[in-house]
Amino acid sequence: MSKRVVVTGMGLVSGIGNNLEQTWDSLISSKSGIGDITWLNTRHKNNLPVSEVKLSSDELVGLAGLTSKNGYSRSSLLGTVAAREAVRNAGIKNINEYRTGIVSATSVGGMEKSEVFFADFLKDNTKGELRNIVTHDCGDTTEKIADSLGIKQYMTTISTACSSSANSIMFGARLIKHNILDRVIVGGTDSLTKFTLNGFNTLMILDKDHCRPFDDTRTGLNLGEGAGFLVLESEETAGSKEIFGEITGYANANEAFHQTASSPEGDGAYQAMKKALEVSGLSIEDIDYINVHGTGTLNNDLSEGRAMERLFNSKVPLFSSTKAFTGHTLGACGGIEAIFSFLSIKYNTIFPNLNFGTQMKELTVSPVDKLKRNVAIDHVLSNSFGFGGNNSSLILSRYRQR
Amino acid sequence: MPVFIKGVGCISPQPTYNGQFLNELTAYTGEYFTSAEPDYKAYLNPALIRRMGKILKMGVASASICLQDAKVENPDAIITGTGLGCIVDTDKFLTAIIENEEQFLTPTNFIQSTHNTISAQIALSLKCLNYNFTYVHRGFSLESALQDSIMMLKEGEAKDILVGGVDEITQTYYAITKRMGFWKKNVEGHLSLAKANTKGTIAGEGATYFVLSQEESSSNYAELKDLATIYRPKDIEEIESELHKFLEKNDLAVNDLDLVILGINGDQRGDQVYHDLANGLFKDQSLAYFKHLSGEYPTSVAFGVWMGAKIMKSQEIPSGVILENANKGEIKNILIYNHYRDINHSIYLLTHI
Repeated sequence: MSKRVVVTGMGLVSGIGNNLEQTWDSLISSKSGIGDITWLNTRHKNNLPVSEVKLSSDELVGLAGLTSKNGYSRSSLLGTVAAREAVRNAGIKNINEYRTGIVSATSVGGMEKSEVFFADFLKDNTKGELRNIVTHDCGDTTEKIADSLGIKQYMTTISTACSSSANSIMFGARLIKHNILDRVIVGGTDSLTKFTLNGFNTLMILDKDHCRPFDDTRTGLNLGEGAGFLVLESEETAGSKEIFGEITGYANANEAFHQTASSPEGDGAYQAMKKALEVSGLSIEDIDYINVHGTGTLNNDLSEGRAMERLFNSKVPLFSSTKAFTGHTLGACGGIEAIFSFLSIKYNTIFPNLNFGTQMKELTVSPVDKLKRNVAIDHVLSNSFGFGGNNSSLILSRYRQR
Repeated sequence: MPVFIKGVGCISPQPTYNGQFLNELTAYTGEYFTSAEPDYKAYLNPALIRRMGKILKMGVASASICLQDAKVENPDAIITGTGLGCIVDTDKFLTAIIENEEQFLTPTNFIQSTHNTISAQIALSLKCLNYNFTYVHRGFSLESALQDSIMMLKEGEAKDILVGGVDEITQTYYAITKRMGFWKKNVEGHLSLAKANTKGTIAGEGATYFVLSQEESSSNYAELKDLATIYRPKDIEEIESELHKFLEKNDLAVNDLDLVILGINGDQRGDQVYHDLANGLFKDQSLAYFKHLSGEYPTSVAFGVWMGAKIMKSQEIPSGVILENANKGEIKNILIYNHYRDINHSIYLLTHI
């Protein structure tokens, strides 16, 4: 089981870009995707900033290579666009040339359409267009993406709230290591919905302004939507393709503390990061950068910050949250942020933690708040922590031939 | 190293939560099956019961029953498969959003609607800090959870893994899917569901958990020898080809199968596959089915696996599930073939320990 798992392709769509290139341009020019709600039909329209993908669902249809959006929820459209870019980016001409599967993730699935259905259905249960409800479940999203890519051999969907797509990457890597598949498309997708917007709002963890991760005056997160997928291959299958990096460590731990809050000491975060390091065989000194979960909530940033200080013995590496760019994309954030981490590795660049001003009084460290280039980055730790105490960490590394 | 089913727990429409094994079957009337639920106070903190949705109670209780059965206190991983997730809470929150026009909302239903709440609540009840995953992929949800468990046991660090399949039914879900033609008019006569030659099946719900382990023990139920999935097979030929490959891979001939459990659910269209197999490839084997008792839902195959495990351990097949009895004597190999709405097909092989 010493197969190495490498990344040969990446694709994403979020509030800061409709593809990898546009995303890069936004990241290096500190251009955030957070702004006013435009397409979601909600009473919070002018009150809560979000990071919308700057394409209507009709526009996504074309990019997704479809002729009509019938039967496709916004989450599946976003996912299809991102997954297709990843597959193209990996230079894959024949998807079934090797044993290939897809492990996707989503927390909302087709809820954006279900909400429309329900509004009619609640008034009269013979009403509501069935085509808006048949895409509700998480599995539908993945099957739509699989169908558009021509993948039949293996598919599944993970749904563990905000750690979902980090968990997809982990599971996909293990499927390759166990020689069940040669290649796995991994990642996740989530569209904006009234369900999540109102859900997070009732928990009172949304910021009415642009979020300020790891800032002492932070008041909450901004929701975002998007999809991020990576093509994982075994080293042998990758052959002479360009390799963006390697999945060298991963871990999932459950905090068993509270359904939505993390323990103030960040025990779950600490365990996830520590175990991921163990799996990688690396030591704390080897980590060059942490792409933190950093949602901007009082609870997360404190727990995560404390856990980092504890694990790294106060020699915390350079870190930043990219959520002030993309918002919190829930089920997609693990995938999207893994892609950011590989861009950091490829271009020796750290993307800034936007909107940062004041160091948190509980911590001795602050995030990188300006774009930093020419930084030697070999190993990145990427965190994704979700409701239900679900904590996942990935170690993403520069690929070096042995 | 082999993977064993070390313990089981099952809450289903039939009384199964107390180790009963389908000897006295309950015949229902009504539109769909709901679970025969235990007194949850025996398994859950009474203070929490009031606030927990049905799927959470079923899941946590079934997991508790299973862990007790396996004599395991703290599993090394908790992995749940659920096709629909927590739809009672999803329904409640969505209804509140629409009826109250996004005002005056409370978070409880939102929190409990996240798909991984079942796994999370089990972890909370046990203070289990280990690996915790939830797969939500229709009729592959349980299979993914099992695949993960098998890999984890082979990775060598986990000893006992709690893994299961859970889904609940609601009036809303039933009403919507009824419009899509999923169901028969009602469940009457369900004990002879296999003979039904009409459209639609019967909706059910349940929570079934297993403890998987590599530890040999005479109290193990069975070895989970192999598992395979097929996505949207084109035709019966593709299915038969996969079955042949599966048997070959496990060094078995069709006649080595002492029992074949089929996911027959009474739906004329979907059952065609099973009838073709029963009259073709499996024409000389003993056959049984389970959806006349579990009802149909994305993870209903978990009930079938539970049934297979119990049959293997007791070496007895309850009369109410037999379709064909070829009188094979010792039951050494059980094959389970199931599909969910002809989208997700799966093949299981259980062998005697």
